[in-house]
Amino acid sequence: MTLRLESDAWPGHLPGQHVDVRLTAEDGYQAQRSYSIASTPVARHLDLTVEEIPDGEVSPYLSEELRPGDRLELRGPIGGYFTWTEANGGPLLLVAGGSGVAPLMSILRYRNAIASNIPVTLLYSSRSWEEIIYREELDRLNADPATRVIHTLTRSHPDGWDGYTRRIDAEMLADAAGGPEPGRLAYVCGPTRLVESVANFLVALGYPTDRVKTERFGPTGPGG
Amino acid sequence: MAGNFISRGFRGRRREDPAVAGRVPPGQYLTPDFPVLSAGPTPRTPLAQWDFAIRGAVQPTQRWTWDEFRALPSETVTVDIHCVTKWSKLDTVWEGVSVDTLLDGVETDGAYVTAFSDGGYTTNLPLADLQDGKAWVAKWVRGLEIMPRDRPGFWESLGYHDYGDPWREQRYQGD
Repeated sequence: MTLRLESDAWPGHLPGQHVDVRLTAEDGYQAQRSYSIASTPVARHLDLTVEEIPDGEVSPYLSEELRPGDRLELRGPIGGYFTWTEANGGPLLLVAGGSGVAPLMSILRYRNAIASNIPVTLLYSSRSWEEIIYREELDRLNADPATRVIHTLTRSHPDGWDGYTRRIDAEMLADAAGGPEPGRLAYVCGPTRLVESVANFLVALGYPTDRVKTERFGPTGPGG
Repeated sequence: MAGNFISRGFRGRRREDPAVAGRVPPGQYLTPDFPVLSAGPTPRTPLAQWDFAIRGAVQPTQRWTWDEFRALPSETVTVDIHCVTKWSKLDTVWEGVSVDTLLDGVETDGAYVTAFSDGGYTTNLPLADLQDGKAWVAKWVRGLEIMPRDRPGFWESLGYHDYGDPWREQRYQGD
């Protein structure tokens, strides 16, 4: 789900960064979690992508208890490494697993907002069509000639689906990455296992290791 | 630390397991897994090329190959790990060579250390925190550079706290 927040004190952020949310109970007990910022730096609000973890301590509170008008304590923006602005260059390959699409969404929206010509491909792995986050918006972004959105659905797919239906592998990445252009840059975000294997495939495809940026949402990483 | 801010309706899950009482710093959560947090692809060095070095403000510079390093006396230690990204893992078991063993016979007047590993990662800490039975080297660290002045490492330059005491919640610069 998307949590939309407003703040007069927000200092701005770079696409790809995250915030720490801190919850405090009446007796002083606290819990903190990190959430990726999905909105662009030029938007007037701050969108956080919250994946609902059934057993979680914080995400059920954010998705079920929180009401419009409630206040949240935030710290950020955080993250000096997994960020993109036009100065970083491209062509861009964004690879997402599940809720890992959140920081990549900020990058995509930002690139769109500044009308950048840098080509971008998003390769996005979800379990099913219904679980694709930001699906309609991604369809709209896909209409831009320099933007390509490729979905793969790993557990179930709709009738008539002619896209990928398996976990991301070397062949799929080779298709998404295109040719070995100088300056190409990849951002990979999602569960640890996916990030690890995709990063290794990209290095094997010839990406320099410093042109593959990763952010891992472990089983107990951001969210929960 | 909490100030006056209360999150309406938040109860949280209290840790009541006596086995972990007092062992998890404020703001951390326990994990049974081992979350990996590197900035890029995990580096892999073939053992034939692996070496460990102590360099910098030391006399003499020291270097061990993988075989030489494995021949050094090692210890098995059980420690709790507290990561700045808020996960904690208790009772992890490691095998490593004590830094006291590595520094045996090394003269230095440096007071700070940069630990470096494959992939360009570095972290800075006071030399005193590595001595007298407080530190061991396992296989991901490739060396220690001893310096007269403290110098921020990879994550510290990107906003994480220079010292990082989890019990004082030192996660980011300025904490």
